[in-house]
Amino acid sequence: MANIDWPKQGTASVLGTSPDRLDAIAKASGAAKYTYDIVPDKMLLARVLGCPLAHCKVKSIDVAPALKVPGVVAAEPMKNAGDEVLWEGDILAIVAGETEGAVAEGLKAIKLDLEPLEFYVDDANLEAAEKADRTRPAGRNVRTPDDVDDEDEYFEKLFKECERDGVVIEAEYGVNVITHMCLEPHGSTCVWEGDKLIVYHSTQNVSGTAPQFASPLGVAASDVTVICDYIGGGFGSKFQADEWSVAAARLAKSTGRPVKLMLDRATELKTAGNRPSGFIKVKVGADKNGVVKVWDSHHWGTNGPAGAPVSQAVIPYVFDPPNRRRVVTSISTNTGPARAWRAPNHPQGCAMSQTAYDDIARALGIDSYDVFLRNLPSVTNDKAEVYADQMKIAAKLMDWKAKWHPHGKGPERDGVVSGLGMAIHTWGGAAHNSSCTIKVHPDGGVEAILGSQDLGTGTRTVIAMVVAETLGLPVDAVKVSIGSSKYPASGPSGGSTTVGGVSESTRRGATAALNMLLAKVAPKLGVDADQLQAKNGRIEVIGNPSKSVSWKEACSLLGMNPIEAQGNFQRGQSENSLSSSGAAGVQMAEVEVDRETGVVRIKKFVAVQDMGLIINRKLATSQIHGSVIMGIAYALFEERIMDNKTGKFLNAELSDYKLPRLGDVGEVVVELYEPESEYNRGVVGLGEPPVIAPGAAISNAVCNALGVRVPVLPLTPARVLAALGKG
Amino acid sequence: MKDHDQGRGRSGFSRREFLKGSSAAAAATALSVGPAVARAEEKGTKLVGPGATSLTLNVNGKDHQVQVEPRMTLLEVLRYQLKLTGAKPVATDGSCGAATVIVDGKPISAATTLALDCKGKKIQTVESLGGPEPDQVVKAFAKADAQQCGFCTPGFVVAVRAFLDKHPNATKEEIRQGLNGNLCRCGTYYDVIEAALECVKGGS
Repeated sequence: MANIDWPKQGTASVLGTSPDRLDAIAKASGAAKYTYDIVPDKMLLARVLGCPLAHCKVKSIDVAPALKVPGVVAAEPMKNAGDEVLWEGDILAIVAGETEGAVAEGLKAIKLDLEPLEFYVDDANLEAAEKADRTRPAGRNVRTPDDVDDEDEYFEKLFKECERDGVVIEAEYGVNVITHMCLEPHGSTCVWEGDKLIVYHSTQNVSGTAPQFASPLGVAASDVTVICDYIGGGFGSKFQADEWSVAAARLAKSTGRPVKLMLDRATELKTAGNRPSGFIKVKVGADKNGVVKVWDSHHWGTNGPAGAPVSQAVIPYVFDPPNRRRVVTSISTNTGPARAWRAPNHPQGCAMSQTAYDDIARALGIDSYDVFLRNLPSVTNDKAEVYADQMKIAAKLMDWKAKWHPHGKGPERDGVVSGLGMAIHTWGGAAHNSSCTIKVHPDGGVEAILGSQDLGTGTRTVIAMVVAETLGLPVDAVKVSIGSSKYPASGPSGGSTTVGGVSESTRRGATAALNMLLAKVAPKLGVDADQLQAKNGRIEVIGNPSKSVSWKEACSLLGMNPIEAQGNFQRGQSENSLSSSGAAGVQMAEVEVDRETGVVRIKKFVAVQDMGLIINRKLATSQIHGSVIMGIAYALFEERIMDNKTGKFLNAELSDYKLPRLGDVGEVVVELYEPESEYNRGVVGLGEPPVIAPGAAISNAVCNALGVRVPVLPLTPARVLAALGKG
Repeated sequence: MKDHDQGRGRSGFSRREFLKGSSAAAAATALSVGPAVARAEEKGTKLVGPGATSLTLNVNGKDHQVQVEPRMTLLEVLRYQLKLTGAKPVATDGSCGAATVIVDGKPISAATTLALDCKGKKIQTVESLGGPEPDQVVKAFAKADAQQCGFCTPGFVVAVRAFLDKHPNATKEEIRQGLNGNLCRCGTYYDVIEAALECVKGGS
């Protein structure tokens, strides 16, 4: 009997190798069909109308003029008279028609009667928010020794001690709201077959979305099939059915024709999710070695109308000094509601606090590396030693010691100064629940079937590799089917849970299938099934490989029917876990800053990352490259710009919403950290962790270059010049 | 590297005349017959639109009959009439490169090119680089894993193909400078550079 444990490190034949992703050619040649690409016959195109005002009451929405436009087939209001609209871009109506032009004209023809209401959008300005009555307390958390009676007095005493023996800094940091900017916007192509609905849906949650369509449409969840073979970006914003897709399904029903509704870019950015902002005022005291003794902070920010800011739990981030007070204020704004954004809370927490740790180093005139190292004993997880080890590796790859200069003390060449910065991060990444079916056919064919999805991590490839490892076959011998709600349920892809989840279920299912096959082969080879193993495309006797049959011959013993085995993994219930949680990583940035123009360039970026057992080294490296580049994006380029006077989102188009381009990325060096202790933990999710630290690492590098802090991300030329007093 | 030619069609179609006397932006959606049309008629030019007209487009070496309104973009026609969905709608203003196709040897954005302006031109989409024997650039993207979600990838592949056709011996720095018209959100740039370099080394 084969057992499900992973092979020991160094003995696997497929795990840890780097095959190309299974769907690489299909994606690169345009053959892969995304939701946007599904074009059923007689399909109507639909678009929605976003609200032009930041806050208003609907008096009426008249779609009749739209219906008179040639080519428009259907139109519906999506708000009722009396409804309050809380942000610019919230959806007022939907129009379906024969062509893009007809639909655009139809949307323009809709008559709106809206009563403007008072609005507020400035999330950075706490004072203005208080004045506008848009704030509320969102948490207060204090840690002191038990015997402290007067908290203020105690903190005051600690700060005095630090002032005397070490250093105290007072500073402000921040990170603006950014959007998900999925290149494929949210949306669906809806097709009814009688009373059954097929929704091609751009989703991170193939197995969990059908009920959200069924309930508002008044059909049984079993009559809804959700399909997503490929998704053009999600990053945490695509778990739901969403009202606009439900409306598209409704129009498909009423018109008797398939309807495709994808959000236009502006509506996508205004209404389909964003990452909350975070701004902080902090006082930190440390001893003369830079070890933080006391932290006292107040942070605020917004996630839209509800207000919920970044959690207090990530302040300060990873480091956790013995005495701390953290106060949080929520600001309610008339802006689109936030959705989970890759590693919720962590990038902002890191950018708002590990910058302060770097400023401790600056104030003391000591190497930032040493300050980070000396504070490792306080980390919130059990990874102090891992971080120390990773820091050593990262410093070597960066050549940190040779390049280091104290903050602002580096040489200047033609107005350009260089600097180094670092940051560390942590994430959970435990496997999600997952089920799969493995089929082994009498002709030797192997199939894995799961209701999972591929966000770009390479889910198909990971599944194929686990099956191939288990059955002793090459990766291309495995056919993988994912992307349908009619397949065995797998969890939503969020929080770095997918690779762990599908590996767990697939390894179990494939092992069960193999054991069924071994039982068939055993009599033929005259041994017990537990003396057999699958290796190199053969079923062989352990220790006597000459006694064997080929995979194909083994499968021919099955007769008429294929083997079908199930693999199930339930968090916390399944034994012999093949996965674990808890990731750590260290990142270092080297930048060049032009003091005249304020332009920051990334010269080199180093990322050292653990992820337990690595399934595919090439895909893992891609994930980290991508995370670093996404981190460079929010560190240097992207932000949502709101106009305080009109309440409008000013840069809700790709030409105005600045993102890095190919030439903006310097050298990126990735180290996959996988000592035996890591490998033996099994699979740990990788999607979120490496996107967390770039903001702080790059901010720290810029501060090291300039000798002054540019407090708010992104570090645009204007902000850099302002920090230099040249604004 | 982008050489946007849209709006300067040399197809001989009367649309240019139709636009005379009114701003292009207004005319692109105008349906009413106004003074511009009257002037065009005086010159004896054949009028097209506002309804659909039949047009032959040469795409990937084959002629296709399509029904085109003057306001239709090449992207809309490729995707919804010819079901060639490799070029993607991401930005409507061509600022992302996801809808890059090659027209008469030049990379352009199908999202900002009117279909009518492509009459008589040779249109090449990413699909022509696939098939059983994929183009070297497609294979290099697979090998370098220069894709994650993959939505920007076809546009990048076409842009890299067009760039290397023009600069077969491009250096890494030239590649970094020359491919800034395409946008990726997943962050595949580093690997796209590797893929392009691979093609240079491979003697593209």
